[in-house]
Amino acid sequence: MSSEAAAPVAAPNRAVGVVRALRRWESALVVILIATLIFGTAESPNFLTTTTIFFGGLDIGQIAIMALPLTLIVITGEIDLSVAAMLGLSASVFGYAFAHGTGVVPAMAIALAVGAAGGSLNGFLVTRLGLPSIAVTIGTLTMFRGLAEVVLGQSEVTNFPTSLTKVGYAPIFAHLAYPFFFFFVLAVIYGVVLHKTPVGRSLYAIGLNKEAAFFSGIRVNRTKFILFALSGVVCAFAGIVYTLQNDSAIYTAGTGLELNVVAVVLFGGVSIFGGRGSILGVFLAVLIVGLTQVAFTLINVSAEEQQIVFGVLLLLSVLVPNSAEGYRRLRARVERARRTLPAAGQT
Amino acid sequence: MSATASSEVVVHAAPAARGHRVAELISRYRPVVIAVVILVIFGITSIKNASFASSSNIQGILSIGAIYLLLAVGEAMVIITRNVDLSVGSTLGLSAFTVGEMFNHNPHTQIWLVFLVGIGIGIGCGLIIGLITTLARVPSLVVTLAALYIIRGFVNIIGTGVQIEPTVIPHSFVSLGYSTVLGIPWLFIIVLVVALAAAYWMRAFPAGRELYAIGSNPPAAVLAGIPVARRVITVFVLSGALAGLGGVLFLAQVATVNSSAGSGYELIEVTAVVVGGVAIFGGSGSVIGAVLGAILLQVINQALVAAQISAFWDSAVAGALLLLAISFDRLVSFRASRALVAKEGVTYVE
Repeated sequence: MSSEAAAPVAAPNRAVGVVRALRRWESALVVILIATLIFGTAESPNFLTTTTIFFGGLDIGQIAIMALPLTLIVITGEIDLSVAAMLGLSASVFGYAFAHGTGVVPAMAIALAVGAAGGSLNGFLVTRLGLPSIAVTIGTLTMFRGLAEVVLGQSEVTNFPTSLTKVGYAPIFAHLAYPFFFFFVLAVIYGVVLHKTPVGRSLYAIGLNKEAAFFSGIRVNRTKFILFALSGVVCAFAGIVYTLQNDSAIYTAGTGLELNVVAVVLFGGVSIFGGRGSILGVFLAVLIVGLTQVAFTLINVSAEEQQIVFGVLLLLSVLVPNSAEGYRRLRARVERARRTLPAAGQT
Repeated sequence: MSATASSEVVVHAAPAARGHRVAELISRYRPVVIAVVILVIFGITSIKNASFASSSNIQGILSIGAIYLLLAVGEAMVIITRNVDLSVGSTLGLSAFTVGEMFNHNPHTQIWLVFLVGIGIGIGCGLIIGLITTLARVPSLVVTLAALYIIRGFVNIIGTGVQIEPTVIPHSFVSLGYSTVLGIPWLFIIVLVVALAAAYWMRAFPAGRELYAIGSNPPAAVLAGIPVARRVITVFVLSGALAGLGGVLFLAQVATVNSSAGSGYELIEVTAVVVGGVAIFGGSGSVIGAVLGAILLQVINQALVAAQISAFWDSAVAGALLLLAISFDRLVSFRASRALVAKEGVTYVE
């Protein structure tokens, strides 16, 4: 977050470093996560059981997977609202190909290729034509969903091989659901790329100042294009997982999830203006959202009513860092006034 | 993107390429172009299906789509100030549900009171959103996204276990949803009055003009002494009020309401507004254009049905239309900036 940008300025001593670390939004997320765990265990004895962990991971899986590519895109100052529609299109194409006897692996390959093509379309429109990504991806969101409907219509494809549909009911080791496991693996990869490689650092540079990044030799457009194409592929993958875990391909898969994905990313402390955010933050946000869902469901708060909590958390994620910043600025101003006032009085 | 400013310079500048001038004209008269497109679609569709251009069908399109048109007016004003309002669908739902509850408790509730409450709810939501956005200086995208969830959550709390049956809704209220005056549906008359009033305000009043200044360059608007915060709060209140009004009309139209009323409207409204020629980053466009954009989406929707093309294509066509519209805008602004560079020696134009 802010420390990312300010890092090269000086080598701060350890105490300052700790304070700075505590000020990061991620620390607030850890506190919220602990609060969620305490709340959940206090409210229901069934909270921290293997079953709830499994189903929690199953429910949050798709949103979590799609949040990763979106995080990188938002860090570069763009946005991709077509993620959930791509999930639906991928599910449709996957189902259609499978129903027409291509076999399950080629069907997956086709769905992933469609994801790459759709993502590249976004990337092309944003980087080559210079169109605003928010408008482009609202357009492709509508278009992908429409195409999903054209491909599969109202029909449903089912009876996928049981060796694959077990992602929906069998846990992988340690009671983790497959979708969450996929998310975890991808999160590690994304985290390493974003935080430990020059490419990752260049994403922050693009988000903070596109022109400066361009003049320091970063291929801004090519990088963004790759991010959009990759987003298409990852969302297509999420669509395949979704289809397999439900053993059902329908064109409405994931309808309306795009705003949830955006909300999770923003709640994770990624700045909507770009240049700020971390995979750790998004990972914590996914855990919090997943666990609150589980906790509220256990105490019979409906999914719709949980939206209030989610909305408030989202609002806090922008209000808290902002008001902390405002408070610091105010204190600096008071400090300055105090220093200059006596001097002015003497003259 | 100040389309008007750049076009003036170009007019003085010189005989630019003809293609450029055509593009420029299309961009300046965007509402007219959309109106022509709507007419063309009507023409083509009625060749295939003669009943499409019948007055009853047109009445149907105008009254079914009226609520989308109404919300497009508010959304256009918000987007022109370089903000966005994603909460309109939820606000509509809250208004519709609350009003339905009023009839549930007392089927003889006065109709003016119902309108007052619905619009009041919208104003309340808009005011809170506007205050948070401006006072805390946080992006409206995030605030209204949060509001979308919070307000929808409240709708669900109110709506748990509540059924609003068509039988409790008074007939005089429901008739508002379908009755016509001189062949024009009441709902459309309301939209027309609202849209014309908003268009007049944004053309002729300093406060309305200032919305464009805020959207083209927010820091410059502050320096120019424009009360940016107050104007932004105003547009959110107006957008909320229209969503609240939309909720009342929604109930009048369908005579029943469930807790998902208005879900997903937000992105449809943004699409309509951008197709109608409002720049997504603010500063240009008009509410009339936005309303025409919304009508165009409705007409395409109905035309596909009438032409017996599978309605599955509806979303695909709407999405492609949005991409076409923004690509075209980009082309025009690119050419305008290139003409400026060539003529005036300006090296950098946004």
